[in-house]
Amino acid sequence: MWDEIGGGFLIGAAASLLWVGIGRISGMTGVLSSLFLVMDSGRHWALAFLVGLLVAWPVVQAAGYSTPINITDNTGLLIAAGLLVGFGTYIGNGCTSGHGVCGMGRLSFRSFVATLTFIAAGIVTVAMMNAVGLSL
Amino acid sequence: MKYVIPFLSGLLFGLGLLVSGMNDPQKVRAFLDVFGSWQPELIAVMGAAVVTFFIVFQLSKSRNKPLFASSFHLPSLQDIDLRLVAGAAMFGIGWGLVGLCPGPALVDVLSGNESVLIFVGALIAGNRLAHYFVGPAKSS
Repeated sequence: MWDEIGGGFLIGAAASLLWVGIGRISGMTGVLSSLFLVMDSGRHWALAFLVGLLVAWPVVQAAGYSTPINITDNTGLLIAAGLLVGFGTYIGNGCTSGHGVCGMGRLSFRSFVATLTFIAAGIVTVAMMNAVGLSL
Repeated sequence: MKYVIPFLSGLLFGLGLLVSGMNDPQKVRAFLDVFGSWQPELIAVMGAAVVTFFIVFQLSKSRNKPLFASSFHLPSLQDIDLRLVAGAAMFGIGWGLVGLCPGPALVDVLSGNESVLIFVGALIAGNRLAHYFVGPAKSS
């Protein structure tokens, strides 16, 4: 439980640093889109953010922390899920970070609706997969 | 500072995702498995993150600009529309299928895990397909 609270605090601190430091919302969907907006100087912060995010993995491994990744190896499922997440977060303008953490943190009703919707859809999806015997 | 702050923020964000276990798809799917063998611990991740950001966001209201930039960039979209709900629902379905959302998927990239890389490739493709076929949302 302390790993979850501590990790959540780090995520909140990261979002706070970006907001107080340069006045930007730390949303991963926007960061992802920024990969294709490298000509837009107003988006360059997102590339620096992405580099920091990627560096976290080797840093944690060097510190000797165990970070297992238990994931399906079903290629079709991975591609379908990736497309849905990429398409859905683009048109919904946010994901767990932008809507879930920052949006709810600043009491945005729009982000509450988005967050409740994607959590509910996730719960129904897992329940349906279990019902038909499709699992990781 | 223009690049140091976002770099440090990204690093902290990634460390938080890894320490909390949000980067492990099986753990995320167990969190979503409310009607099965539910493991609710990940609520604490979102709870701690939201409360921390809420406090700092409230405190920041006394300032008219951030420390190292000329203005705060608040999201301009306000509408609750079909686009928002349909997008969030599609995202949630994909999230439930595999257990990865964009942040954890990106933070897992340097693990070299083949499944993660396939997912991230499709994630980027989905983002671009939406960009070309639907386009950016405009605030009304």
